[in-house]
Amino acid sequence: MRKKHKINWPFHAMLFPGVLLVFVYCYIPMAGIMIAFQKFNPGKGVFHSPWVGWDNFRFVFAMEDTLQVIYNTVFIAVLKIVVGFVVPILFALLLNEVRKTLFKRTVQTLVYLPHFMSWVILGGILVDILSPSNGLVGKAISFLGLEPVFFLGRNDWFPFVLVLSDVWKEFGFGTIVYLAALTSINPSLYEAAKIDGANRWKQTIHISIPGIVPMIVLVGTLSLGNVLNAGFDQVYNLYSPLVYERGDIIDTLIYRLGLESAQYGVATALGLFKSLVSFVLIATSYFVAYRFANYRIF
Amino acid sequence: MSRFKITGLQAFQWFNYAFLSVAAFLCLVPIIHVLALSLSSASAAGAGEVLLWPVEFTLSSYKFVIMKEQFLQGTWVSAQRVVLGTAINCLLTILIAYPLSKSSRSFRSRSVYAWYFVFTMLFGGGLIPHYITVKSTGLIDSIWALVLPTAVPVFNVILLLNFFRSLPKEVEESGLIDGASHFRIMWSIYVPLAMPAIATITLFSLVGHWNSWFDGIIFMNDPHNYPLQSYLQTILIKRDVSFITPEEVKTLIHVSERTSKAAQVFVATLPILLIYPFLQRYFVSGIVLGSVKE
Repeated sequence: MRKKHKINWPFHAMLFPGVLLVFVYCYIPMAGIMIAFQKFNPGKGVFHSPWVGWDNFRFVFAMEDTLQVIYNTVFIAVLKIVVGFVVPILFALLLNEVRKTLFKRTVQTLVYLPHFMSWVILGGILVDILSPSNGLVGKAISFLGLEPVFFLGRNDWFPFVLVLSDVWKEFGFGTIVYLAALTSINPSLYEAAKIDGANRWKQTIHISIPGIVPMIVLVGTLSLGNVLNAGFDQVYNLYSPLVYERGDIIDTLIYRLGLESAQYGVATALGLFKSLVSFVLIATSYFVAYRFANYRIF
Repeated sequence: MSRFKITGLQAFQWFNYAFLSVAAFLCLVPIIHVLALSLSSASAAGAGEVLLWPVEFTLSSYKFVIMKEQFLQGTWVSAQRVVLGTAINCLLTILIAYPLSKSSRSFRSRSVYAWYFVFTMLFGGGLIPHYITVKSTGLIDSIWALVLPTAVPVFNVILLLNFFRSLPKEVEESGLIDGASHFRIMWSIYVPLAMPAIATITLFSLVGHWNSWFDGIIFMNDPHNYPLQSYLQTILIKRDVSFITPEEVKTLIHVSERTSKAAQVFVATLPILLIYPFLQRYFVSGIVLGSVKE
């Protein structure tokens, strides 16, 4: 027993700095959720602010915007999950049919690009190209003889602009896992199918797609944890009061309540609501992935 | 006759190449448009004549940008945070991934530690408690506020620990028999063997730090301390004009707001454009490693 202890001390020493930093910047904020039950006053701090029970939660859910904001969040997030799930699969299957290596590699490199750009940069670019007066898209629409639309200022368009631009940014990166799964399919399966007279379409249906089904199931399951994540970075950099009605999401509301209006208790209460629901969703999705896709986190 | 016959497969191949080319082009269009705008004259950009090629070519926007104090200051803060933050991220990731890659038999507390880190991916305190914690540790207006709260990237830890576990056990055993300490084995054997995975996590940290903007906005009271992306957020999105100094107003006669913004966007994206294609091999294998485990 003593000997074992002796061997293990370097492990504890290696882990110590990480454990400490995670404790301070992840676990202490978790304890900070008690602000949700306080009338928090920054001058008095967490330990001396008065307790108010469930008042902050009552206030949040009595606000007329809250339910609409939750609806917006789920609407935008679910659309992103569905479209962002399907597009990479189709794109990977199409890319897999390309036999010219140079072409394939070039396309891959180009479609990965948007993933590496921040929403500040892309937000700035989108604001510019979607400008109805002299933006690139406005020009194209005028060229077709139609009336340019102020996409970022219209409640009926805004959620779809979010979904479309998010899918555009991430679909390329999403193909990586499927392309890897496709290349790991045993080539002799295709050979055998060819001998049996299967054409390319039949090969796709009966070999390629079954080959990536485990990955499809895994990615699909894990994405369920994002039902309340509509994408703060993106929305915050694209929205304006004009589109709060359909474009305001939980995270942006928390930001405005907490850091712009200094309603700390109320904002924390809404944040806690989101964290708890997300926790249940993520834990469920991990459990389902563990049971049915044989997924292990570590 | 048969020379002109197009089979279904050929038709599909043509369609496929065309479709993929268009999709790839669409991913590139925005940055080409920005580059074209930044190299065009103020009047051409203002009139909306610029599409994908500069109109009335000029470098005056770039002359404006390299003189712009706030842009240079932001770049300097970003460079600092990228170097400091990536170094700390990678060091801590290695230090955590190595012991966690051991089996529960040889390191009994492994699961406790692993869940300690993984739990932070499942649940968080939310924005306000996070802000108050960073504030009460005295980091407001300090570069450390951009580095320490995100010092342990748990996703990267999982990625690297899976890579470590895929290495043969004999590697560790031979080291132990030769009398090497665990620190020595980690540093001299595991780290060199894991270079592809370490390249991946380095790229992710680097891009993450370069692109972060929100922490700069909330943790820096003095805009002088803003990293580049936070500063860009204020000029591109909030349309804040307080950053423009009186001297700069004079040069704005030749440089429009639109072309100068385009030049700043392009310069801010350039480092990423130059790095990621060369690390593609690594991040592709890294992503696969992060999602597929035996």
